[in-house]
Amino acid sequence: MNTALLILLPLIASLLMLLVKPEQVKRLALAAAFIELLLSVYALSKFKINAEPQMMVNLVWIQSLGIHFKVALDGISILLVMLTNVLVPLIILSTRSAPVLSPEGRAERGAVFYSLILLMQMALIGVFTAMDGFLFYIFWELALIPIWFICLLWGGENRARITFKFFIYTLAGSLLMLVGLIYVYLQTPAAHSFDIQALYAAGKNLTASEQTWIFWALFIAFAIKMPVFPFHTWQPDTYTVAPTQGTMLLSGIMLKMGTYGLIRWLLPMAPLGVQQWGNTAIILSVIGILYASIIAIQQKDFKRLIAYSSIAHVGLISAGIFSLTVQGLQGGLMQMLAHGINVVGLFFVVDILFNRTGTQELSKLGGIRNVSPWFATTFMMVLLGSVALPLTNGFIGEFLLINGLFQYDVYIAGIAGLTVILGAVYMLRSYQKIMLGETNSLTATFIDLSFNEKAVLVPIVILIFAMGVYPKPLLDIAEPVIMKIVAMIKPM
Amino acid sequence: MTKKEEMKTLYILSALGVIALLAEIFKFKKFLLPLVLIGLLGAIAAAIKDWNTNIHYYSNMMSFDNYAILFTIVLCSIAFLWFLTSQGFFRSESSKSDHYALVLFSLCGAMLMVSYSNMVMLFLGIEILSIPIYVLAGSNKDSLASNESALKYFLMGAFATGFLLFGIAMIYGATGSFDIGSIGTMLKSPELISVWRGPGGETLLYVGILLMLIGLCFKVAAAPFHFWTPDVYEGAPTPVTAWMSTLVKTAAFAAFLRLFMTCFAQTGSVWMNIIWIMAALTILLGNITAVYQNSVKRMLAYSSISHAGYMLLAIISMNEHSAGSVLFYSAAYSVATISAFAVLSIVESETPRPEGSQGNAPSPFRAGVIDSFIGLSKRNPLLAFAMTISMLSLAGIPPLAGFFGKYYLFTSALQNGYVWLVLIAALGSLIGVYYYFRVIIAMYTTPSSVSPQGGETKASHPSPLGGELEWGAKLALLLCILLSLLLGCFPDMIIRLI
Repeated sequence: MNTALLILLPLIASLLMLLVKPEQVKRLALAAAFIELLLSVYALSKFKINAEPQMMVNLVWIQSLGIHFKVALDGISILLVMLTNVLVPLIILSTRSAPVLSPEGRAERGAVFYSLILLMQMALIGVFTAMDGFLFYIFWELALIPIWFICLLWGGENRARITFKFFIYTLAGSLLMLVGLIYVYLQTPAAHSFDIQALYAAGKNLTASEQTWIFWALFIAFAIKMPVFPFHTWQPDTYTVAPTQGTMLLSGIMLKMGTYGLIRWLLPMAPLGVQQWGNTAIILSVIGILYASIIAIQQKDFKRLIAYSSIAHVGLISAGIFSLTVQGLQGGLMQMLAHGINVVGLFFVVDILFNRTGTQELSKLGGIRNVSPWFATTFMMVLLGSVALPLTNGFIGEFLLINGLFQYDVYIAGIAGLTVILGAVYMLRSYQKIMLGETNSLTATFIDLSFNEKAVLVPIVILIFAMGVYPKPLLDIAEPVIMKIVAMIKPM
Repeated sequence: MTKKEEMKTLYILSALGVIALLAEIFKFKKFLLPLVLIGLLGAIAAAIKDWNTNIHYYSNMMSFDNYAILFTIVLCSIAFLWFLTSQGFFRSESSKSDHYALVLFSLCGAMLMVSYSNMVMLFLGIEILSIPIYVLAGSNKDSLASNESALKYFLMGAFATGFLLFGIAMIYGATGSFDIGSIGTMLKSPELISVWRGPGGETLLYVGILLMLIGLCFKVAAAPFHFWTPDVYEGAPTPVTAWMSTLVKTAAFAAFLRLFMTCFAQTGSVWMNIIWIMAALTILLGNITAVYQNSVKRMLAYSSISHAGYMLLAIISMNEHSAGSVLFYSAAYSVATISAFAVLSIVESETPRPEGSQGNAPSPFRAGVIDSFIGLSKRNPLLAFAMTISMLSLAGIPPLAGFFGKYYLFTSALQNGYVWLVLIAALGSLIGVYYYFRVIIAMYTTPSSVSPQGGETKASHPSPLGGELEWGAKLALLLCILLSLLLGCFPDMIIRLI
């Protein structure tokens, strides 16, 4: 088993997509994504729980610059690869074959659509497994192109302007990251190398003021991707305008590139910078939590509400990571998985609502519970995961995160903990508005879930509870690596 | 040695030019294209055969070292792609063979420019390159813009050559030599130079260097000597513009770098700061002005100015990576630019000229405005895809060739401590994304979702671009896409050669 296969398979599949007949495209894409999932389950079964990167592929890519094609799985990578590979089949499955309520001028969802999704999957897995700074950057950028095209081709109103803002924003961030990476690279011993260990070693030896620069260069890049306040302005518009599958990819997986980047690259590469500025980062994240929650409470559009809730959740993740405690990092990782699964479920709920009623405005909906029990139940369960009820996956993550923050600072933990309450407020309130009460003309004829829709939501619900009831295997897998990273930052 | 004293590549190229002229008399114009393509491949093969031989030709007037060979191969490949894409330019039967010959002779000039080892050859190369292009720029005889372009290019070119020649003369006055190798050794050990120079020789030398710098900057269109570029590029027929902005630029940069690396490396203090400022200016001016362009051709003209700015980074870096990064960058840039211009000229030819202007009104070049790209992805997916790849590559998005070009340039400049200049360049390329992506967005927008004035453009060409491209253009576009990807994924192939 080797990691390169996991990257190669979606790439080949995405090229194959362009050759097959239009009516078979979705089936083929689904099959490819499913094989990829099986492959990663197989990788998981072969995975040995320790801190070392495993199933490594290390090929010389650009000799003269010390750049290697080095990919491997360790405890953190494999969990995120699993997340990607579980979500992508669901995302493909969630695609409606007929263009739904399509405003004129949107492209047909043909081969290109699925091809882009698979290309995106390839890039994401590359990001999560790259053990070479340059390779990481390449995959990081590569992930941007397909998602931008997905949003541009199949997005809603004003998509050109909004997706452009998104592109420029994230590109600016990644250029900063590139400059930071190159700076550290030039500090590695002669015949420089981009290898992750070499970068760690070189980063650690920089002076505190140099590390400050590195910290900000990388932090801003990751903060834009997540997004953390005040770098979030692209996010609500983009999430709203993107097609459902695009939003799912953006929020479910792509957002995790940022938080993953924090753990994998930022913390070990600039430990002094992190110690000095981590506090600022936590404060920004906590501001983001409150700010986004309060805006979410006032949202009328359900999709936008989820977009803001995503900012709140990711703020908590980033604050927990910067607490630099084992619990904080563990919680961050758990919450990355949980949020990915839940948010995909929620956005699918939005898609179902919009598909049936043509609106996602809370005030226009109501009473759907009376007519469609399946939908009501699954929606409720996804929502419970999202508000972090005990026994759901959201709870494990948030508990560990707040625990980690508590060890860092009681007051900050208190403020960040508000997210649990505020989250419950806006989520339950929107459930009430959408599902309870009297049916109206829009919702009276609401059709319950189709088989396809159940096939997406039921696995999500199962995952939400499975991870919530028995998270230990996941925690065990990640623990050794997280211990190692925490030890690197705090040499005690 | 006497037997080896022949430069096969140059002979092949000149012979091709002569054959092209004879085609008119002996009536084999039909076979001209395949003949030229085979000839170019032959020239590349001949160049490869000379690899590592490092022969000096014609009493050391030229030296065909690996640097020259690599650039020659790049130039011939550019020409190969260009001939494939530019068949529309050769449609007129009456001047077909003349045009072929002119293009081929300018290629010979370009080859002299990359392999000279004597300033006289540099001068001759520039002239042989430029004179055919003055003619080609005006080859659209009915168009006022084309004539204006030719005249402007000629005047500016003559002006620049004047500077260059004057500079060469001054340097000869100071050092008594035209040979760049021996001038380089003299400058390395200034005590030698005192034998040669008369009173004030040092000043003479510095003035000479600066004059040559100005002359070359005119040729590569670096700010503030870039003012001729947009008008000339816009007025000339699109294929000629493609030729000017790829082949001429590559040759000029190769010449520039060769001169300053081998000859003036020791006097860096004189010109380093000047190039620093020029590079920053060029990058910012080129990129910012390009944002405001509505015509894609003019936008590409400004973008080519900004790319010249990036390449100036390699010249001030002056380290062992400079040659490699200029080579790689010019290859990546040329591949992307050729396919961009090819797509542009096809789109232009499909867009009917608006009534009233018979193609001689200089200002509203309706054909080729960004709006004419709207919906191209529907009309012709291959064109749209090729354009997308080349725009992404020019914008420097990984993993395409353009990204690595920039990457090499920026890292080698960073290694020499030009942090601020690299930041300016990074900012410039971020601005670049804006205008390159405007084209992409236009191509993937469907006509119905455009503003009213865009709707008018749509109505004016209801006939979709038929899927029928000429085989040459199709092949060339596919080659360009492939090269952009290959160079991007395996940049080491080229870089490690030099």
